[in-house]
Amino acid sequence: MAELWDGLIWPTAWIVIKIVGIVIPVMLFVAYLTYFERKVIGAIHLRKGPNVVGPFGLLQPIADGIKLFLKETIIPASANRGVFIIAPCVTFILALVAWAVIPFDHGMVLADINVGILFLFAISSLGVYGILMAGWASNSRYAFLGALRSAAQMVSYEVSMGFIIITVLLCVGSLNLSDIVMAQKNIWFVVPLFPMAVIFFVSTLAETNRHPFDLPEAEAELVAGYNVEYSAMTFALFFLGEYANMILMAGMTSVLFLGGWLPPIDVLPFNWVPGPVWFALKIAFCLFIFIWVRATFPRYRYDQLMRLGWKVFLPISLAAVAIVAGILVAFDLTPVMG
Amino acid sequence: MGTIGTLLQALAFYMFAFVAVASAVMVISARNPVHSVLFLILAFFNSAGLFVLMGAEFLAMILVVVYVGAVAVLFMFVVMMLDINFVELRQGFLQYLPIGGLIGLVLLAELLVILGGWAFAPEATGSVAAPTPDATTNTHALGELIYTHYVYLFQSAGMVLLVAMIGAIILTHRNRAGVRRQSISKQLARRAEKTVEVRKVPTGKGI
Repeated sequence: MAELWDGLIWPTAWIVIKIVGIVIPVMLFVAYLTYFERKVIGAIHLRKGPNVVGPFGLLQPIADGIKLFLKETIIPASANRGVFIIAPCVTFILALVAWAVIPFDHGMVLADINVGILFLFAISSLGVYGILMAGWASNSRYAFLGALRSAAQMVSYEVSMGFIIITVLLCVGSLNLSDIVMAQKNIWFVVPLFPMAVIFFVSTLAETNRHPFDLPEAEAELVAGYNVEYSAMTFALFFLGEYANMILMAGMTSVLFLGGWLPPIDVLPFNWVPGPVWFALKIAFCLFIFIWVRATFPRYRYDQLMRLGWKVFLPISLAAVAIVAGILVAFDLTPVMG
Repeated sequence: MGTIGTLLQALAFYMFAFVAVASAVMVISARNPVHSVLFLILAFFNSAGLFVLMGAEFLAMILVVVYVGAVAVLFMFVVMMLDINFVELRQGFLQYLPIGGLIGLVLLAELLVILGGWAFAPEATGSVAAPTPDATTNTHALGELIYTHYVYLFQSAGMVLLVAMIGAIILTHRNRAGVRRQSISKQLARRAEKTVEVRKVPTGKGI
């Protein structure tokens, strides 16, 4: 019995506790990201944003959540029932699963696996299935067009994202996310790899279907894209998944380029602040840029989007891999395998 | 670890293996082609799980990135867009059964040979060309093999793929007349002096 307790039940329970400890803050972060987005866009537009429910409108996300929860879930008669219901679940689960490998502080990570960055990349490349399945199963033209656009867009931008990740990995010499952060102890990668950081950030905008690349939803032409047939809880799952994905991409940018949990300079007032706080601040900074971009830029035309992905970003990132590798070899800077 | 650890590992193995085989069967028996592709993805996923159990985490992730993230998306695209008549496809089933069964038998025989060799002479795995070093992670070991020992083979494989890619582009690309293309460099090179002209238009005359 003691062996069963020590070997099975307690470790399982501990992992479940850790999972809950990650998922609940992420969900809260998602809820208040919608509030943050509306407030920031309100400020940029010289409006007030939500200010009715609770002080400063702080309870607005909760009111929205309850509204979505209490409404009726409608499944269209001509929809492919099984796939229609699985699609939002896939989007939502994938957005949460990726958090398993994100390091919040030194050693503060659920699964410290050797191939962490590949795991993240794999999970983010799976995100396209939720959208494709939703678009197909809805059996509606608008939804299907939105899904096709979104799938093509995500696949295109993944290629250059992969190459940019390789340039970072060349400077680290490990695929472990904690190693990637620790390699930035002296200088964040955003400084030596600045162009790559910018391209990576723009690619994450396209990968999460955010403005100015939000063609899948393009409300003016496609009503709302792949999720037009979804209502209530199924819609809420898409929405949560999408925003959790945004936070995840912001987290990925912070880990790869902004030094994860590391303080900007390692001196007294800064290294008193605990690592997770720095990490959260960096994520919030990236998300602010996400929203700022949304309020500033007009939507891309679809052929221009494809051109940017394949004819601009792909050659630049491919060249960057060769250049970074060349510099590292020429000046004998290749990281020591460890 | 201990007995419970091995038990859990065995449970995980049987779960992944069972779901992989079951979804592979569903791939060929599902009525709807899109469902077939979805089951194929499930099969890939469970094979990745099996790779993780074997300690080959790099291969597992690459399997997901390449097959699930890229190849299956293209399958999905094609299958969703095509108007496939599956009753018609099914008519050829008996016709192709012998050759399909033959290929299956050959694969089974080869697997049996490998398994048999492993069972009769377990020490044979030690004499392979490049045994896996103990201390390195399998990402390092694979990199060592592909980019150091077999770099020429790797390069020529890349060339073959490049030729195939160029061939596919040449076969499908056609320059249609009457399509208005956007040339960004031309647009950026335009200057206001060359394109816009300010004229004084007398009232009631026009240009």
